[in-house]
Amino acid sequence: MAHEHTVVTELPLWRRLLRFSTDHKDIGLQYFFTAWAMAIIGGFLAFIIRWQLGFPTQVKPAPWLSWLFPHGAEGGVLKPEFYYALVTMHGTIMVFFFQTAILSGGFGNFLIPLQIGARDMAFPFLNGLSYWVFWAACIVLLLGFAVEGGAAAGGWTAYPPLSALKEAMPGSGWGMTLWLLAMALFIVSSTMGSLNYITTVLNLRTKGMTMFRLPFTTWTLFLAAILGLLTFPVLTAGALMLLLDRHLGTSFFVPTVHIAGKLIERGNGNPILWQHLFWFLGHPEVYILVLPALGFVGDIVATFARKPFYAYRLAVLGLIGIAFLSCLVWAHHQFVSGMNPYLAFPFSLLTILVSVPFATVLLCIAGTLWGGNIRFTTPMLFAIGFLSLVVTGGFGGLSLGVAANDLHLHDTYYVVGHFHVIMGSSVLFAIYAATYFWFPKMFGRMMNERLGKWHFWLSLFGVYGVFLPMHYLGLSGMMRRIYTLLEYDFLKHLQPINTFISVAAFVLIAAQALFVVNFFWSLKRGEQASANPWGATTLEWQTSSPPPHGNWGTELPAVYRWAYDYSPPDSPTDFRPQTEPLPASQ
Amino acid sequence: MAKRRRGQVLSGVLIVIALATVASALWWIAHRLPDRIADTAHEVESLILFVLAVAAVFLVAAHLYLAYALWRFRHHPQRQSMFIGVTRKEWLPVLAIAAVLLAFDLTFDHRSNEVWAKVFLRVPENAFRVEITGEQFAWGIRYPGKDGEFGRTDLRLVSDSNPLGIDPNDPASKDDIVFPAGQGELHLPLNHPVVFLVRSKDVIHSFFVPFARLKMDAVPGMTTRIWFTPTKAGTYEFACAELCGLGHYRMRGVLVVEPMEQLQKWLSEQQTFGETMP
Ligand code: HEM
Ligand SMILES: [Cu+2]
Ligand SMILES: [Cu+2]
Repeated sequence: MAHEHTVVTELPLWRRLLRFSTDHKDIGLQYFFTAWAMAIIGGFLAFIIRWQLGFPTQVKPAPWLSWLFPHGAEGGVLKPEFYYALVTMHGTIMVFFFQTAILSGGFGNFLIPLQIGARDMAFPFLNGLSYWVFWAACIVLLLGFAVEGGAAAGGWTAYPPLSALKEAMPGSGWGMTLWLLAMALFIVSSTMGSLNYITTVLNLRTKGMTMFRLPFTTWTLFLAAILGLLTFPVLTAGALMLLLDRHLGTSFFVPTVHIAGKLIERGNGNPILWQHLFWFLGHPEVYILVLPALGFVGDIVATFARKPFYAYRLAVLGLIGIAFLSCLVWAHHQFVSGMNPYLAFPFSLLTILVSVPFATVLLCIAGTLWGGNIRFTTPMLFAIGFLSLVVTGGFGGLSLGVAANDLHLHDTYYVVGHFHVIMGSSVLFAIYAATYFWFPKMFGRMMNERLGKWHFWLSLFGVYGVFLPMHYLGLSGMMRRIYTLLEYDFLKHLQPINTFISVAAFVLIAAQALFVVNFFWSLKRGEQASANPWGATTLEWQTSSPPPHGNWGTELPAVYRWAYDYSPPDSPTDFRPQTEPLPASQ
Repeated sequence: MAKRRRGQVLSGVLIVIALATVASALWWIAHRLPDRIADTAHEVESLILFVLAVAAVFLVAAHLYLAYALWRFRHHPQRQSMFIGVTRKEWLPVLAIAAVLLAFDLTFDHRSNEVWAKVFLRVPENAFRVEITGEQFAWGIRYPGKDGEFGRTDLRLVSDSNPLGIDPNDPASKDDIVFPAGQGELHLPLNHPVVFLVRSKDVIHSFFVPFARLKMDAVPGMTTRIWFTPTKAGTYEFACAELCGLGHYRMRGVLVVEPMEQLQKWLSEQQTFGETMP
């Protein structure tokens, strides 16, 4: 592997972000910053959505909205078609362009080579390409807001025929084409990434780094990459077919329909086929998010409990079990879709069985706390917040896996509440934990603990206040994706709860400003970080903060022990890094 | 030391979260669920509540464990963590708890399958039949009339006077009773099973009866099916539960549950398709 001899880390940060780099750390940071920027956009859309639901604009117009969106909110009244564009773009951005991008692209890139003792990824050029394709995907997606008819508005799931026929709704015009192109680009970029992560983990581990000595984080990023590689291409095929249906009159997903006063005669296309293709990726996708979250939290808990990872090998087996099962459960999103009802039997059972390996992993992480000497740093607070949320969200999901429950709960706010607790909250908490934890490695400075602590408390109360009541709305039958509930007598009494949720959401969103301030303040003024500020064992902490180009000095580190030698009895420090040789007697 | 106190506060907060979650859920379930007007409303809801009850126990247990561990093992400069080394003994408690969860999973699955099989696989022969067709953004309703058979439909026949595209040459269509989208209420017999044939003319909709705790997608190009027995007379709403375009949120319908005799009398007063089509 040839690499340049300039010391790249001495370039100013903005230069590192704005060039075509092949250094995995630069690419990781590029993903990291872009994904956070997308999160801010997605969060802003959530704010508008909650404004409409909490304070319906057709009841009380909001002039500032028409100032922001002259087309979408004329006279301060949000148009329904604009509302649906907001929901669609919010969901798409948050799932793919924020969380997937930051977990695999951001942390995956930054951490994998450092944690396995490699100098870079296996294919550095492909890696750089992956980021710039992702960047293009972001732009194409956001362009949707600028075209006639507005951004895609068929939901992040884009079910045809709604998404296939421009007659079906305003957002099904160019906005939908751009959405599909953006997804295709995103998948291309993510496939290049996944190939790289898998090859790198398999081939570039340093001397002594066996698979069972890998840090939990690397295991989860590795498995997430495998899931991505297996399932994303299926959606690419689906997106291509949908584009053909839209523009060349094929009939994969569109049967003969009568829409907007017009007969559209196609062949015998089947709309449910799209749902299978979409969810074949769509479900594993949430595990592509949850697995790395588990990885981060596992490592952070072990580090701050100063305890060996409880039943580490069992936990790894649990991860493999989750990844395997997650590929066999997709049709649980389709119980009442009109697919053959017999399919509900296997898909329901397989879905609820995921809870077994999932609980196994969580119990191992929880077991790590037992007998520890727990330090409540900000990353640890967020990691514990994750554990609380993932239990709440996990059981919410279990009740949705039970097929007959979906007769009532499917497509209600119960579902919205559930996936926001799992993805919108627990994965988000893991991302925050990881950011506070690895910030010193990324930038050579510590983040501020005081601000971090406040950010944690407000976020914890915020997410429970926003997303728990959504479950209750769903139990009462409130449908998701409704512009207002005031059309229904049986829902009207729920308006005050929606107002409460919106107020809580505004507090939650505002609290995120603490993080942004802390982030930029610490970048400039944070306390200088040592190579290993948390006293952690894994390899990334055995090189300088931030690491130099090439990660290690002239020689690669050698690994002698597993990643969790915390508080060994006969040691002067309360941890032994993976690089510390075993005593001669052993 | 500030960080020690954080641990104690966090323990307390976790307990409060668990208790507040369970208490608020209990209150909500006792006071804020829609009326139950069908056999399925009781069956589906009791399954949901059963799963939630088990979930609540696990949720509280998990939070109590976390709270206790954080409080008991919070940092103390004089203490060292336990060092257990790597031993397979650690697997046992984890696998034991996972096995308990597995047992509950199988119970859920068993109960779910019963409800599912009833709703989808055991449609009573004598069920009252009604067809419901979604289109942007209202529901068309059709009763089969005296012969109990629906006439054939074809979207190519759709016109202003024949919005469902019913074939006038099909003898079974003559006595069908049709309410074009948005122009009628869905009348259902009390204490008699009703089977719904669910269809769509354009995009996917979902026929959702919150008071029966049931829904079924309306998919263009196919007919889906669901049934229940209304058990309570009165007038209720039903809804569209699948995003179907900009008017999705107002795709509302009204259903009336009344004794069979009353329903038959009302039906006999309606014009048939044969009468409206010259
Ligand atoms: C400030 C935090 C957030 C708030 C207040 C919020 C609010 C909402 C609301 C109210 C909806 C439902 C809209 C509707 O059905 O009409 C929604 C949809 C959604 N949200 Fe969020 N959200 C937040 C953060 C997130 C995050 C972090 C994710 C990451 C995964 C996320 C993913 C989604 C998805 C996938 C949908 C579904 C979109 C669709 O139905 O097509 N949200 N959000
Ligand atoms: Cu509809
Ligand atoms: Cu709808």
